[in-house]
This record gives sequence, C-alpha cells and structure tokens, in this order.
Amino acid sequence: MALFVDIEKRLGAFNLKVAFEAENEILALLGASGSGKSMTLKCIAGIENPDKGRIVLDGRTLFDSEKNINLPPQKRKVGYLFQQYALFPNMTVRQNIAVAIKDKANAETIISEALHTMNLEGFENKRPHQLSGGQQQRVALARILVNEPDVLLLDEPFSALDSHLRFRLEQELRRTLRGFDKPIILVSHNRDEVYRMSDKIAVIHDGKIKDTADKKDLFTHPTSLSAAILTGCKNISPIKKLDERRVLAINWGMELALDRDVEDAEFVGIRMHDIRLGEGVNAFKAKLLEEIENPFSYTLILGGEGFEEFESLSCKINKEYWQNIRSEYVDISLPPQSILLLKE
Amino acid sequence: MFPLLNSLRIAGISTVIIFFVGIFAAFYISKAPRLVKGVLDVILTLPLVLPPTVVGYLLLRVLGPKRILGAFFLSVFGIKLTMTWWSAIFATAIVIFPLMYRTARGAFESFDETLAHSGQTLGLSNTYIFWRIRMPYCRQGILAGTVLAFARALGEYGATSMIAGYTPGRTATISTTVYQLWRTNDDALAFKWVMINMAISAAVLLVVNMLEKKSKSSPKAIEVEG
Repeated sequence: MALFVDIEKRLGAFNLKVAFEAENEILALLGASGSGKSMTLKCIAGIENPDKGRIVLDGRTLFDSEKNINLPPQKRKVGYLFQQYALFPNMTVRQNIAVAIKDKANAETIISEALHTMNLEGFENKRPHQLSGGQQQRVALARILVNEPDVLLLDEPFSALDSHLRFRLEQELRRTLRGFDKPIILVSHNRDEVYRMSDKIAVIHDGKIKDTADKKDLFTHPTSLSAAILTGCKNISPIKKLDERRVLAINWGMELALDRDVEDAEFVGIRMHDIRLGEGVNAFKAKLLEEIENPFSYTLILGGEGFEEFESLSCKINKEYWQNIRSEYVDISLPPQSILLLKE
Repeated sequence: MFPLLNSLRIAGISTVIIFFVGIFAAFYISKAPRLVKGVLDVILTLPLVLPPTVVGYLLLRVLGPKRILGAFFLSVFGIKLTMTWWSAIFATAIVIFPLMYRTARGAFESFDETLAHSGQTLGLSNTYIFWRIRMPYCRQGILAGTVLAFARALGEYGATSMIAGYTPGRTATISTTVYQLWRTNDDALAFKWVMINMAISAAVLLVVNMLEKKSKSSPKAIEVEG
C-alpha cells in the first residue's frame, strides 16, 4: 500500500508544485498557513483538481492529467478528516456513521462496534452540536473508518480544540491510528504535534516541498531554511564563506569555525537551547538587550559589541542558573556541532 | 366560494412549480462565475420590481392567441393559453419567482461547502448530498421563501387580470373579485372578500415570522426535529 503524489496547480499568483510518496506510515506535511498543505489534501481527495500531474493510490490511478483520468471523490476511497470535522448537523451520531457504511447488510453490527471502539456509547442519538470538540472528532473518525478508506488525510486535526484538550486528544488519536495499516497524511503547522504524531516529515513552503526526512533527522539536521524555521530554529543568519571550514555570519558580525565543509550552504542557524554560556569555540561577549521570563526558563535577547545594528541572537536558559550568573555582559559560545548549515 | 378556491389552486400550483424552479435556479446560479451570476441575477429579479401590468403585457405578447407561443398552441393543440383559470398560473409564477429564488439563493450561499465535500469523500452521491444534507441545512430559508411566495401568489392582481381576465365562476380570483365588486358598488360583499384575504395573508405572514425567529435562535437550522 502506498500513496504517490506528483501534482501542480496554479491559483492566481500562488503556484503549488508538490511531489511525495507515503508508505504505510504517518507522513506529516509541516508548513505555515497558506503554504499549500490543505490544497494538497484537497487535490488528493478530488475536491480540487490539479492542473497537471499524477496521483496513484495502491496502484489505482486517481488522477492523471496526461491520461485524462480524474476519479470523482466518491470513487477515490480517501478518508478526509476536516478541520471542523464536517459532521452533518441534521443527523444524529448514529446517522452520521450509518451513511458512510458500505456494507449495509451488517450496518447495525458495524455501528455498535464503531460506537464501542470510539468510546461513543450513549451518544448515538445526540446531534453534533450537542457534543464536545473531542467527541465530534471521534464521530468524524468513526464515520471515516467505517467507510474503509485506503488512505487517511488529517487536516489540522487539533486546530478546533482548546489547548488543554489537545494533548489528551492527540494521545487518543495516536492510539486509534495505530491500528490503521495504510498511509496517513497529516497536515499541521505545529512542530511539536507533528514530531509526536508522525514518522516522516515533509516541509512545505510557498507551495513547494523543501525537505523530506525522517522526523528525527529533520529536527537535528534540517537542510533547508524553511525546515529550520518550521522546526523552531530562531537564530538564522546569511553567511559569507571565508574558507571550507570558516564562515562570516553576516547578521551577527562574527566568524564561525565549523566541524564540516560549508559546501553550497547560504545560511547558518543555531537553536536557542544550543547556545552555550561560557568559554568555548566560537565564543564571544554578548550584551544583554532583553530578558524574557517564561514559566520554566528565560529567553535572552543578545547583541554584540560594535554591531548593535545587526540582528540579535536569542538563547534559552535555565531559570535558576540565570538568576545566579545574571549580568549585563554574557560570555557565549556557538558549538560547531550545533551549527546548522542551510540552503534556501 | 369559487374565487377563494380558484385563488388557492392558482397560488398552490404556481408555488409548487416555483419551489423547484427557484431552488434549482438558485443552486446553479450560486455556483456560477461572477459575471454570469450578476447578469442572471438582474434578469431573474426583474419581476420583483416591475409593475405586474408590465409582466402581464409581456406575457400577452408571447401567449396571446395571435402571438408566437399562443398561436402555436392554438393551431397545433387547439389550446387557448389566455383567459382560462390556469392562465393566471403563468402570471403568478413569474411574479413570485424572484421571492423564491432570492431567499433560496441566500440560504444556499450560507451553506458550509465542506459538508458537501465530506459527503463526497464518504462516497455519497451528489443527489443524496443535495436532498439530505444541503436542503435540510437550508430548510428554514427555503421554507420562508416558499411561504412568502405563496402569500404573494394569493395577492396577485395586475398580471392575472390581464391574462386571465375576470369571468365569474371561471377565472375570478379573490383579488379580481374585490375589484369587480367595488366597481359594481357591492360594498358589503367586497368587504367580506377583503376580510378573507386579509385573514389568509396575516396567517401566512405569521408563519414566516415564526420561521425567521426559529432560524435566529438556532443559527445552523439544526434545532428542528424530524
């Protein structure tokens, strides 16, 4: 079982051009809003039509512009979990699930099973607006699963929920999806959610896929600027190559020694928690511009002596530790192994 | 009692016809490209603002025994399209069409399209989605439009009197009867018919108001059972 997607779609000035493959795994499309991730899902489901390209699911061609194939959504066997769940408001929970069942002869058994596994017993005669966000999501999932799709598309599954509910629902959804042995495409702009939920991550920016990697690799070694930003890297600077192992970080006005070759990298990045306090390689004295207090840490905004006009560096530091060493000037170092080399 | 029955059957039949025509026009036009939508909208709403006598005049120019359609039906089927009780249906249907069309279009435009999309991905046919998801969702707006159209149909005078005339016991409706009775100084009887007409219209408007209140208290038309 696999999903293959290679499509292009023009929407005014926006140009969507994505290609990826998913096996029986959870592939996340990580991107900011307007990056084209929802549009990609809509094209797979057949709600929107790409201008060009091919979509193949389990060897079945769903869309092929060259062969003029374009299956209607009804024939694609694509399960789509919408952001607001899209339950039919005029139907009860039971009816919402019943309409999606293909094996009508065994409908009663299938409904009872679905209500049981999704923990919805006792709600079958309620209408969607009488349910909480989490319950609505479970009904929507139950409805999709009884429909027996060959692929599951999850469009920002937690965006409609309060943050305190998200964590529990995320666990619940992970448990439900474990039994679904088919490709799952998850769309989200939340890096933590994506990291916890998925196996593989594709970073999408401005309609294009910038980086596809195993989630661990993507977070430790992003290779594109978008991947670094979306995985939460706050300190990024364009560079000037001095020699193979030395660059000038233009925004910070500092020379950095590297532990690998620059090759054709155009930017360096370093995560907030990777900046070390104290002496070391790539050390320099930074001026404290601002300190921001978080619940369990401080974020320090640092500038350099003599290049105040440049962008600042931010770093995160343990609360107690900072309270002990707090001062106007801070010695920091950027360990070479933590420096990310990035391309546009 | 003939004028009452005749009014009711004309209003009833034209409302049923316009219910379907209006809904389908509204559905397709709400999805049309902007330019097409703008042009069709003006044309289809015109009967709402034109004097009914203008509608009657235009109808006579098409359906009159010596005009294109009228002459065709007369020579081929031997049917005269004007001056029968059902001629009034042409006039009434055209006059009430914009009411049905506009309220239905407003209802369709408020519909959440992701519901249709989720229905499609679940394998439901477009016909099923239309009648079992879209229509129930838009039910209150469409119902209000239907009742309003029926009320207006009941009160149609101008175009009806031109195309169906006034023949007691054959084409007379409440509105044409009131005019005729007033003209012949039968004040008492005219007043009776006026009261009957007002009672029916008031009842219909009451229904419209109740529907609108209900749709306000339940924003998504989901509270209604059944």
